[in-house]
Amino acid sequence: AFHSFSKSHLADIISTVEFNHSGELLATGDKGGRVVIFQQELESKNQPQCRGEYNVYSTFQSHEPEFDYLKSLEIEEKINKIRWLPQKNAAQFLLSTNDKTIKLWKISERDKRPEGYNLKEEDGRYRDPTTVTTLRVPVFQPMDLMVEASPRRVFANAHTYHINSISVNSDCETYLSADDLRINLWNLEITDRSFNIVDIKPVNMEELTEVITAAEFHPNQCNTFVYSSSKGTIRLCDMRASALCDQHSKLFEEPEDPSNRSFFSEIISSISDVKFSHSGRYMMTRDYLSVKIWDLNMESRPVETYQVHEYLRSKLCSLYENDCIFDKFECCWNGNDSVVMTGSYNNFFRMFDRGYRQDVTLEASRESSKPRSVLKPRKVCTGGKRKKDEISVDSLDFNKKILHTAWHPQDNIIAVATTNNLYIFQDKL
Amino acid sequence: MTLLCQAPAALVGWPPWLEASVQHSSQFWMANMYSKGTKRKFYDSVDAATDNKAALYSRQRQSLLDMSLIKLQLCHMLVEPNMCRSVLIANTVRHIQEEMTHDGSWQLVTEAFGSSGPSDHLVATEVLCRSSALEQQGGGPKLYSVMGYDGCREEEVVTDEALCSVTFSGGAPSLLGTIDHCWDRAELRMAAVEDRVIKDSGSEVESGEGAKTVMGQVFGTFEIKNGAPGSDPALEELFSAVDASYYDLDTMLTSIQSTPKMGPYNLLDSMASSHGPTSNSSCRTDLSELDHIMEIIVGS
Repeated sequence: AFHSFSKSHLADIISTVEFNHSGELLATGDKGGRVVIFQQELESKNQPQCRGEYNVYSTFQSHEPEFDYLKSLEIEEKINKIRWLPQKNAAQFLLSTNDKTIKLWKISERDKRPEGYNLKEEDGRYRDPTTVTTLRVPVFQPMDLMVEASPRRVFANAHTYHINSISVNSDCETYLSADDLRINLWNLEITDRSFNIVDIKPVNMEELTEVITAAEFHPNQCNTFVYSSSKGTIRLCDMRASALCDQHSKLFEEPEDPSNRSFFSEIISSISDVKFSHSGRYMMTRDYLSVKIWDLNMESRPVETYQVHEYLRSKLCSLYENDCIFDKFECCWNGNDSVVMTGSYNNFFRMFDRGYRQDVTLEASRESSKPRSVLKPRKVCTGGKRKKDEISVDSLDFNKKILHTAWHPQDNIIAVATTNNLYIFQDKL
Repeated sequence: MTLLCQAPAALVGWPPWLEASVQHSSQFWMANMYSKGTKRKFYDSVDAATDNKAALYSRQRQSLLDMSLIKLQLCHMLVEPNMCRSVLIANTVRHIQEEMTHDGSWQLVTEAFGSSGPSDHLVATEVLCRSSALEQQGGGPKLYSVMGYDGCREEEVVTDEALCSVTFSGGAPSLLGTIDHCWDRAELRMAAVEDRVIKDSGSEVESGEGAKTVMGQVFGTFEIKNGAPGSDPALEELFSAVDASYYDLDTMLTSIQSTPKMGPYNLLDSMASSHGPTSNSSCRTDLSELDHIMEIIVGS
């Protein structure tokens, strides 16, 4: 059972949520180009079982709006993705990207400052050297913790189309960035050059029928990555095979179910997110109505399929009309790959336990999330008599969508983003 | 979708048969969405005794097609449209058209509008071709009514038209330079034509290509001109003639929000009309005019 722990109120629409590799830090990006980082407090001595709360650690403006005068179009400052680098020293590093530009940010702490200069006063004014009669050794004195974020690299001008994914390689030296038609490989140290490794742009744009929707590096094999498409396919590529990975090593695609065919079949098959399991044996894809688990050794069909909100299948025309059918839901694994989670409408999110074959629907809302309260499972009534506490499909609020969720890498702590709020839940009191 | 409630007074630059097509489609879709009880006889040739289910499916399919076309038209705003969404909608349109072509109902549609264009020159792609000429903001009949914005644009209209005649004799830099944000689309159409000019040495565009070409023009708007390294020096010289002050943000926003009375298609049409025979297939006319312009630019 998950308990409500804390929630934060963020002014702007949250566009991405990501835990760092230890789970101590949680980063969110928003539509206004801001990044807010939360830090887990150390466990309190009074309640050793209670893991610390997440409080704001650092806030900074990552991206600013830009105007492309050549195309007379705005470049949105919305943060599309944040990815943390594995920690190497005292400082933390993350990559954040908007539609066009990726930035590497260094987040460092300062909790000491030097005092006792000989030539400077405490306020910084220089002393007259002739007044110095004795010498002392400056010492570090503690000060209030200050967290500084500084941009260390700016990776720009490599993407014609909108960046949808970034992924750090397990070699910790390179990372990939993917837009609608191309994927580029970068070295974290080099900003003026990137290598194009996938290009699906047709010679004639009139033949364009498919775009790249997500891409990710394998967690262990630094030569392997996958990318998903709007036609419901996933391609696994090996960078050792050739410089340009247009030829995939593996193609994962499930044959269409002819009984479910409609004009919306292609749209709902479009993959909105792809995530490797922590083990690297499986990958998970999210399309409009379902979550699928694929074994990397089997391309013909997924090994597991979970229906997120099958009751929407009969509503596809309305969802097409109001554009909801184009919503891009993300998905995530828990630390040991036994449970997967994804969002839905009405501020509902779903968890699927792969081992026990159970699933649960929970709601992220202020009413149901008073601190320390237990989250109650929710149920959507699909037809016929509506039981008490059930909600009917027609009462669902399609403006309240949970697109972004994240799971702590080790513990059962989850972060769920509604439009304007971040909810953090954990499974222990 | 209230912007479509008002009957379009004048769709500037649209050929009459296309105007009627979109108008009819839009009104049909509106009728379907808002007048639940009204029975509309869309297909006069559909036998009354035909299975209701088939007719219902047909209407729903048409409704979906119209909705999709309108969604594609509304893509063009200040921020670049989402490519994935556009591709998925365009694919949906294609599927519907293919099915309608298969079961013969597409012929009915084109016949109903008296189109004498080639049968594989799909209406939908014509609409897509025109989509970039329509700038819309939500609410109000701004989409079609160009009357209200005359005061704002009239001067420029005159200028463009004047330039238009100058352009034809003196080369096209001013043609591209003075059309505000639409010029990139014109330029891309030209780029598409240029490819053919280079490949086919100026030969006429085949009608079968027409559908593909205009589909490319929709996606062509996603191209960045500055993405092409080592571009043609003639083209660069072209762009150097662009008046940089025109890109003042205020002007830009104003011009985007007001329906541009003069777009590339308008200019091309007025050129076409000033240059003699009006072809039934206006797209073909446009493309041959573009061929001519490209020859001037390329300096052949």
